[in-house]
Amino acid sequence: MSDCLHCDGLSRSRMLHRAIAEAGRGLPSIEPGMPLPAGTGLSRRAFLAGGLGAALAVYGGSRLGLSAFEEGIAAAATATPGQVLVSVFLEGGADGLSVLSPQGDPLYTKLRPQLALSGGTPLTEDARLFWHPAVGGIAQLYGEQKVTVMPAVGYTHPDQSHFTSRHYWEVGATDTHLNTGWLGRYLDVVGTEDNPLQGVSFDDTLAPALATAKVPVAAITAPDQYDFYSNNVWGEVEERMLETFGRLGPVAQQVDRLRNQLLPFRAKDDGTPGFQSPVPYPKSDDPFPNKLAGLAAMIAAGLPLHVVALSAPGEYDTHSDEAGALADGLQLTADSLLAFQRDLEARGIADRVLVHVWSEFGRRAQENGSAGTDHGAAGTGFLIGTRASGQMVGEFPGLQSGLDDDGNLIETADFRAVYSALLEQWLDTDAAAIIPSAKTFPRPTLVKS
Amino acid sequence: MSGVAAYGGAFGPAQAERLLWRAGFGPRRGEAQALARLGLDGAIHALTYPGREKLVGHAPHDDKGRPLAPYDAWGHDHLWWLDRMIRTSRPLVERMALVWHDWFATSNDGVGSQRLMLNQNQLFRERGLGNFHDLLLDVTRDPAMLLWLNGSDNSKYSPNENYGREMMELFTLGAGRGYGEEDVRQNARALTGFRNDWKPNVGDVDFRYDPKYHDTGVKTLFRKRGAWTWRDSCRMCVTHPDHASFFVQKMWSYFVPTPPDAATASGLQRLYVQGKYEIRPVVSAILKHPALYTGPPMVKSPALYTAGLLRRLGRGIDTTSWVWLDSLAGQQLFYPPNVGGWDDTRWLDTATWRGRWWIAQEALDPYALDPGKRPEPYDGAKLIQAALLFWRNPTLAAPSTAALQQFTHNALGDAKSEKWKQQQYPPMVLNALRHLIATSPEFQAA
Repeated sequence: MSDCLHCDGLSRSRMLHRAIAEAGRGLPSIEPGMPLPAGTGLSRRAFLAGGLGAALAVYGGSRLGLSAFEEGIAAAATATPGQVLVSVFLEGGADGLSVLSPQGDPLYTKLRPQLALSGGTPLTEDARLFWHPAVGGIAQLYGEQKVTVMPAVGYTHPDQSHFTSRHYWEVGATDTHLNTGWLGRYLDVVGTEDNPLQGVSFDDTLAPALATAKVPVAAITAPDQYDFYSNNVWGEVEERMLETFGRLGPVAQQVDRLRNQLLPFRAKDDGTPGFQSPVPYPKSDDPFPNKLAGLAAMIAAGLPLHVVALSAPGEYDTHSDEAGALADGLQLTADSLLAFQRDLEARGIADRVLVHVWSEFGRRAQENGSAGTDHGAAGTGFLIGTRASGQMVGEFPGLQSGLDDDGNLIETADFRAVYSALLEQWLDTDAAAIIPSAKTFPRPTLVKS
Repeated sequence: MSGVAAYGGAFGPAQAERLLWRAGFGPRRGEAQALARLGLDGAIHALTYPGREKLVGHAPHDDKGRPLAPYDAWGHDHLWWLDRMIRTSRPLVERMALVWHDWFATSNDGVGSQRLMLNQNQLFRERGLGNFHDLLLDVTRDPAMLLWLNGSDNSKYSPNENYGREMMELFTLGAGRGYGEEDVRQNARALTGFRNDWKPNVGDVDFRYDPKYHDTGVKTLFRKRGAWTWRDSCRMCVTHPDHASFFVQKMWSYFVPTPPDAATASGLQRLYVQGKYEIRPVVSAILKHPALYTGPPMVKSPALYTAGLLRRLGRGIDTTSWVWLDSLAGQQLFYPPNVGGWDDTRWLDTATWRGRWWIAQEALDPYALDPGKRPEPYDGAKLIQAALLFWRNPTLAAPSTAALQQFTHNALGDAKSEKWKQQQYPPMVLNALRHLIATSPEFQAA
């Protein structure tokens, strides 16, 4: 980013800009041949005659009376805290062959003359693979048996479009027409109509994986930054105003519910932050570490979070000059996830949280001529948490016989098998109701029993 | 005649206002009435053949009154374009530039030069109603695009598929329509030859086509063999049998939220192909279509919402806050989230709705009444009337009206006990009513 010449009033915008730059990016516009976006069940930009937002199925539960939210929060506050699944998306197609580089494979340096990495820590379960130095935080947790590694996760007949492939991952099926997210369908089964926090994106927009058909979900940038203000409206009038805007359509209604849920996390008037962390997080202009810090605080406070989606910082669509950009993104992501894990452990809630790290595809084994790599197929995924099984899922297929006709890594684990196992082993829900053809996929062991 | 249906109903200020929202950035004072007087055909002609641009209103400036530095100062690119949206006499030209910015979505996050981004923006402004084939040629060699999708990294020594893939998937054909992975690779070869240099303290310069870097070999693209070049690639994508349907559906979706029926789609495709890929006739036909006037309202994008509020208020760019506010609402111009552009189905969620609340707050901020100084009637009906008049009497649906009435009733009720409250609450209530109206469903869509 260029230096700011006229910076007055823009320090906040720079911060926000960086937030946006890394934040969750919705599906693209609907065009012929392109999947419908998960969640809306709508044609593009449409509003049904009933008015704004009535058609936004992602805000299901709009028919609920206003008083219900208070009961909902009260009920949620007294409910037994449940398991939390955190989905972390490396957008752009992260280069799995750099995250875990197959230095022990004789073809590696031939395919990657410029990009090949050397040295580092080998993976205990497969001595051919070495951790990228930037993901040392994840390697450390792996050494503590808190990481399940998926060295080649994907699906058969891989699609090399960013949008189509991430759509498949988001909806949990290789189906361009499905328009609810896999986590959204899960919430439609177990969720309630009065708790937007049950599915929350810590991003500038809603994550399509969370798109529901019935129950509400939410997007927030940070729990301590959900404030509303109007110049020269204060005191009782301001209170009346804030209790009114929730009546201006279903989106506003969910906004109002969320505002009430997050009131305890607002920074105090004297500047005291809305939450504090027991461990240090990486210092960065990127909001990712602070989002994780806020997330840990919210879970610890007993807020009714259930499934959470975040976009990882960094640029992963590395068609050129891959090495530096990839390392920067991986470093901040892994360091932040390590801090998050330590935070959960310090708060005594680590057994309740599992983190799933994924990307829409890996990258081609052969580097291109721009010191980068083009779109590939199978990639690397991780599950992180004290309850993660720590047993590798699938195997590294090797570069000799493990590449398809396009020169892309062949998958040895299917993302739908991973989802089915997460639903059953972590979220205690029958995958058959959530993942199409769930019974056709084997169930890897993802969670310590 | 194209055989595409045209709207035949009354064309009054309400229809003209909707047209101004879809083909521009909403009406300024009196504009809907003036446009309605031209009739539908006259209105469309005025929009599609606008003549020379006149900028109406005060020149934009930052919070300290200094002029914008759109090439240099962070965020001033956004402000500069927002100002054009507000002050232009050619709203459709600016709206088309926004369409193409989303269609050929290029982000300065990958380009790193506001100057190159604004040059691309000028291309969209100049060519936006012209010929799509010409536009595609210009976009393919546009420096910002060459950087964004690695076009100037793509050489015969080291092919890079990035532009070649998105050109087919996102710009001309649609995902998986009429091409395969082999076409992606062959297209990348055809597109080789663009180069540029990088100079310290200057950046990317000297964009050019250098035949030495072009792969002159035979490529098989769409089952046709030839020593194809980038010009062939553009021509073959535009003349591809799957292109016209892609173009029409995508263009339609920028103006009408419901999909076109089959007869409309095929009529528009005929118009497009017989017109040799001219954009203006297709856009004109869409703007005349009954679905635009009789169908459901369409959600405003954050930039449209902001520009529309400021046009209605008669306020120009006098603060840099719009950069972070529009960003908060999900649309910082020149920074689309990815090469697929903004996702218009997701403009409203709990995060971006809050952004719109703050946009409305900032738009109203200079007009906020000081409750200590400005007496207003202690009368709910009069306050609601005044708030509606402030926004030029928009039509609100019953639930919104009921919410405003309830709010006013309760807030004035709180003041019953105390004399000072009876003086100070009415102006506060009026401030709040203006803000609530601006965030109402009726103001989020048009």
